[in-house]
Amino acid sequence: MKFLTTNFLKCSVKSCDISNDSFPLKYNGETCKIEQTPLDTVTTTNPADGSDIDEEYINYEFLLGIIDRLDWNAVLEVAQDLGNTSLPASKPSLTMDGDFNETSADHNTMINNNKALLRDLQILLMQTNIVEGDMKCKNCGHVYYIKNGIPNLLLPPHLA
Amino acid sequence: MPKYLIFLVQQHFSFRRPELESLCDLFNIKISNLDDIDKNLENPFFIVNDIPNDTVARKLLSRSILCKGIYELYECAEDGSYDTLHKQLSNNKTLHLQIQNNNENKDNSSVNTDFKFDFEFFGGNRKYSAKQKIEIINTFQHLDIKTNINLKTPGTTYTLIEHYLPLTGQTSSPTPHKVYFTRLVSLSRRTGQNVLDKYDLAKRPFRGTTSFEAELSLVTCNIAQINHGKLLYDPFVGTGSFLCAAAEFGALCFGSDIDGRMIRGHTHRTPSNAKPNSSERSLNGKTKKSNDTSKYQTNGIKTNFLYYGYPDQLLDVVTMDFTHNSLRNSLKLDTIICDPPYGIREGIKVLGAKDPAKHERIQTVLRNGQPAYLHRDYIPTKKPYSLDLLLQDILEFASQRLDLGGRLCFWMPVANSNDIETVVPLHSNLELKYSCVQEFNKWSRRLLCYVNRGESYNGPTNDISDGSARNEFRKDYFNGFN
Repeated sequence: MKFLTTNFLKCSVKSCDISNDSFPLKYNGETCKIEQTPLDTVTTTNPADGSDIDEEYINYEFLLGIIDRLDWNAVLEVAQDLGNTSLPASKPSLTMDGDFNETSADHNTMINNNKALLRDLQILLMQTNIVEGDMKCKNCGHVYYIKNGIPNLLLPPHLA
Repeated sequence: MPKYLIFLVQQHFSFRRPELESLCDLFNIKISNLDDIDKNLENPFFIVNDIPNDTVARKLLSRSILCKGIYELYECAEDGSYDTLHKQLSNNKTLHLQIQNNNENKDNSSVNTDFKFDFEFFGGNRKYSAKQKIEIINTFQHLDIKTNINLKTPGTTYTLIEHYLPLTGQTSSPTPHKVYFTRLVSLSRRTGQNVLDKYDLAKRPFRGTTSFEAELSLVTCNIAQINHGKLLYDPFVGTGSFLCAAAEFGALCFGSDIDGRMIRGHTHRTPSNAKPNSSERSLNGKTKKSNDTSKYQTNGIKTNFLYYGYPDQLLDVVTMDFTHNSLRNSLKLDTIICDPPYGIREGIKVLGAKDPAKHERIQTVLRNGQPAYLHRDYIPTKKPYSLDLLLQDILEFASQRLDLGGRLCFWMPVANSNDIETVVPLHSNLELKYSCVQEFNKWSRRLLCYVNRGESYNGPTNDISDGSARNEFRKDYFNGFN
């Protein structure tokens, strides 16, 4: 389960919907086993001398699509649960001119202006995985488990 | 503006216009006569007057699955005779200008002015021998093309499209009904990039009984207007067929399913990666059967994403009951695509107990000093649910979670019966955009596409959850539709 997914998941119990405490879930820092997958590299050709350069592969398009949807407070909270307290207190903003357009030059400028930030986000959101562990609803206290990287959000019949 | 001819695929008729229309809308391309596609289903040639240039034409076709290709149309001999075609061509200024332009650029190395002629046929089984082809091509000498012939990498491919009409069911007329003189602009995603082959289920490393076929899953993604960087959610993900198709078009994919087995991929159904272990070979050379399931294990849906080469477009797939949804309410989705369980291959199940009294004990049963239901390996009970209610739930969910203008696409099974009217579920916030039918023998399934218009839309509703118009598909199916 990617770190990003922690930003999507609330408690499944219907009566928790009205509570602000059902999101984000409280991740158990002691049991959660974190794995970081290294960034892939892609080989490109150096236009100057034709030699191969290995470059880190960062899916910029993907990150630009997802950044608006992040609930940053939840990012901070979960990161803290898992032992990372070094994130900035407010959502980093992209320096952006014009609308997002996959082919426009603006789009490329936007990526170039924000390369370091996007790389950090890629590592945090996409390369950080919780492979085993559990998480708890802060409202009702129900515990959900993550096994083999797949969170299980099913409920016993008396909570369904 | 140039005239373009779009060569359509002659199947899935009710999907052709919706697909093109959705792509036009997505890319902001205006085509005023899209209705022509539906006017004569026997005619695979759709002629467009308002595509401004080749770039736009290419963009449109770069996504299309139900088009074969797009051609610039110079002349069409309505009587099917080449004599007429030649006469018309001699007066065609556009073509002559283009040829002249190419002739002048012949020695300009930055422009590929090489050309070839090609043939396309529709209807009938006309085939020309190489000699016959050359004879026909030579009759076009009057066009005065002075550039080089290049069969492998031509800059310009003049395509002669012959359209034959059927005489009876088996035979067609010996002479063409119409002949088009065109220039190939672009093949489609289907023909140019061979995506149907790429997504062929037989070649997919991880698949199951509910996997969705390649062609219509890609078409579904086009009608749902999937695009780069958009967030897709499939609440009944199964083996992830729609996720793969959407990832082909650049989407970020998130899925959930109540049945975690498919997600994990611990399945015996897909031994395609299986290689017999050396330790399993017995002495007489036969492979011993073993109960070792590890060789059948795949990483589930992730395996397919790795296989197709875009592993990071799969966000996550989680085990969850759609009706007890765990996606936070404030998360806006761009698109929802799903093929809900019909009760045939997969049962329609939600969390809960059929007989709650029986399961009351669950709260008190202890296992290792802890309530059993809190145990890591606890598997919750499920109860049956009806398709009508489920569809209603999907619409309600979509109306709350989709961005304005975002699309919901799902498949609904329908028994083909004259005396029962098909009831398509509606929601006051959702505009029913398309209802495309795929016919099977005694039943059909429909792709329903809705657009979220928000509260102010106030569209018609038909709450069918009261059982007044029940979709008894499962019952009908197992009764043989009698």
